[in-house]
Amino acid sequence: MGDQGNQYSGNHRKIALALSVIPGLGQFYNKQWLKGIVFLVLTASFFIAFSDLIQYGFWGLVTLGTDTQFDHSIVLLVEGILTLIVTVLGLGIYVFNLRDAFKVGKQRDKGEKPNSVRSQYQNLVGGGFPYLMMTPGFLLLIFVVIFPILFVILLSFTNYDLYHSPPANLVDWIGFQNFIDIFKIPIWRETFFSVLAWTVIWTFGATTLQIALGIFLAVLMNQKGIIFQRTIRTIFILPWAVPAFVSILVFAGMFNETFGTINNDILAIFGLGNIPWLTDPTYTKIALIMIQTWLGFPFIFAMVTGVLQSIPNELYEAADVDGATIMQKFKSITLPLVLYATAPILITQYTFNFNNFNVIFLFNGGGPAVPGQNAGGTDILISWIYSLTMTSAQYGKAAAITMILSLIVIVVALWQFRRTKSFQEEDMM
Amino acid sequence: MTTHKKQRIVQLTLSYLVIVAMIAIILYPILWIVGSSFNPGNSLSGSSIIPKDATLAHYKELFDLEKSDYLRWYWNTMKICILTMIFSVILVCLTAYSFSRFRFVGRKNGLMTFLILQMIPNFAALIAIYALANLTGLLDTHLALILVYTGGAIPMNTYLMKGYLDTIPKELDESAKIDGAGNFRIFWQIVMPLAKPMIAVISLFTFIMPFTDFILARILLRTEEKFTLAVGLYELIADQFGNEFTKFAAGSVLIAVPISLLFLSLQKYFVSGLTAGGTKG
Repeated sequence: MGDQGNQYSGNHRKIALALSVIPGLGQFYNKQWLKGIVFLVLTASFFIAFSDLIQYGFWGLVTLGTDTQFDHSIVLLVEGILTLIVTVLGLGIYVFNLRDAFKVGKQRDKGEKPNSVRSQYQNLVGGGFPYLMMTPGFLLLIFVVIFPILFVILLSFTNYDLYHSPPANLVDWIGFQNFIDIFKIPIWRETFFSVLAWTVIWTFGATTLQIALGIFLAVLMNQKGIIFQRTIRTIFILPWAVPAFVSILVFAGMFNETFGTINNDILAIFGLGNIPWLTDPTYTKIALIMIQTWLGFPFIFAMVTGVLQSIPNELYEAADVDGATIMQKFKSITLPLVLYATAPILITQYTFNFNNFNVIFLFNGGGPAVPGQNAGGTDILISWIYSLTMTSAQYGKAAAITMILSLIVIVVALWQFRRTKSFQEEDMM
Repeated sequence: MTTHKKQRIVQLTLSYLVIVAMIAIILYPILWIVGSSFNPGNSLSGSSIIPKDATLAHYKELFDLEKSDYLRWYWNTMKICILTMIFSVILVCLTAYSFSRFRFVGRKNGLMTFLILQMIPNFAALIAIYALANLTGLLDTHLALILVYTGGAIPMNTYLMKGYLDTIPKELDESAKIDGAGNFRIFWQIVMPLAKPMIAVISLFTFIMPFTDFILARILLRTEEKFTLAVGLYELIADQFGNEFTKFAAGSVLIAVPISLLFLSLQKYFVSGLTAGGTKG
């Protein structure tokens, strides 16, 4: 209390921190008996319960098994990740213990009285309430979202495939070999780049078309003097209302080359009835983009209709006075306002189509098959990953491609969210 | 003035032409599938959009539990959708409320994690989900699907909900606290009733998401009696394409009609929810 220039009157905080290397001792030193016992018991039970798992788990994670008779590499991998999660949680509690001992020691150094049991309890209930509320959601998230992500990340560094498949064989760590193979082995490289190229064309082509059609129809329907406006708007929303998987399967029937109505009824009128919609990659691609436009424009249409109704009429009246044409009004009033209001959502449409598995798979299974590559002619990255996993058992490679795909999505999405205003507001975060 | 009027007539005529063309493009697939579902026979060869001897046989066949699993698929889908909706709404409300009202250690990192997680579709980790379900014995169970759907719904919907809760004034909580209400009571009796519109949006989203999902159900479900509608319908035509097309058509109509009606009556919630999700992240 009498130190010059030093606000602390003792070294309680340092001693408490040092003693807390064994959780609980620091709290005992601070004369917080109950808390100390809780920490001590927690630590002891953690080691008793998990010491075997931790030892075995890390061994398994490092070696992925040594004997095919007893070790199942994938089980070991899963247990290894579990161990990792348990260890991280344990370390979290340990750090919390160190902080707690230090904080209480500091209070003592300042001459304050450590909290009584009663106020500690109140602190715990008050401060712990948000944690308590989040625990169920957070636990589920760890097991069904974070766990699979860790699994895929680790899997991409293994040689897990048909020939290295437990229980008959062991899986091994191979470092970056999967990534190197994808870019070095000709068949993988060619497939990867042709799939990536089509994924990009698909994403931009289909999404831009559906946005353009949606905006165009919304502007069209917003004119004065159109009758039955409500009914027509409802019809325009219909493709969104019907579940997409139903529509896509119906389209697969319509484009069918033997009994489909597109060739048999519609195109037959113009004398072209033999277009190979499902067996020629180019035609399948055209069909896919048209179908996605049909499926995707109603949402844009509905959203833009809302924006248009909020644009003040005075703007157009002023433009009329200046003698602007329809195109000029659209280009300098409508389009900028609509794009400004909807830009973030339009970007999510692009990321959605980038991963639009349903339309690709349900229409033609990613096919038709193409010689010289191990993906179908219309496979996008996500559907290629699916077929690598489910049909050709190339798990390691599929995981590596999943990593590349996730990287692309995260970069685009982060770029988008940095631009949105809410991200920069302190209170939003 | 007359040129102006002429121009206007031309413009309206062109507009109507576009509208009629669009209506045709939208309605044609729908009419075609409805027509197919009434067509006699199993395949479509020699059929027409308006069948001459329309029949309800395919619908009857779908409702016959001996001949078809269709009703089971419907029941499975409803069960999975409703349970996913209930679990998701509860977990999302709890998590979003903590993020919105409390300032605690790890909050910022937690929000950042959610932001990143909502960007990666959870089926990207399909290999892991498959392997994990296989190891835990949850492969081919509805429980696995419900858990994966609920977990996948948490990040994005929590963000939506948190954004909405942030707009409810905190003064309300504070005055309730002064009156002696506990944390849980404030949550349950004051904040949640005010958040009803957003709860409606999230219920809708989390109900429809499992309904339209194909990939996860396809990976996790193995036996035919356990299929959802999306997987079942796909199998119905993938097995022997064209040979059961009329039955498939009837099955499609029975899904599309109720869902479309539900959707059209709640459409404004979808637009408002998706818009909020896009701008607030």
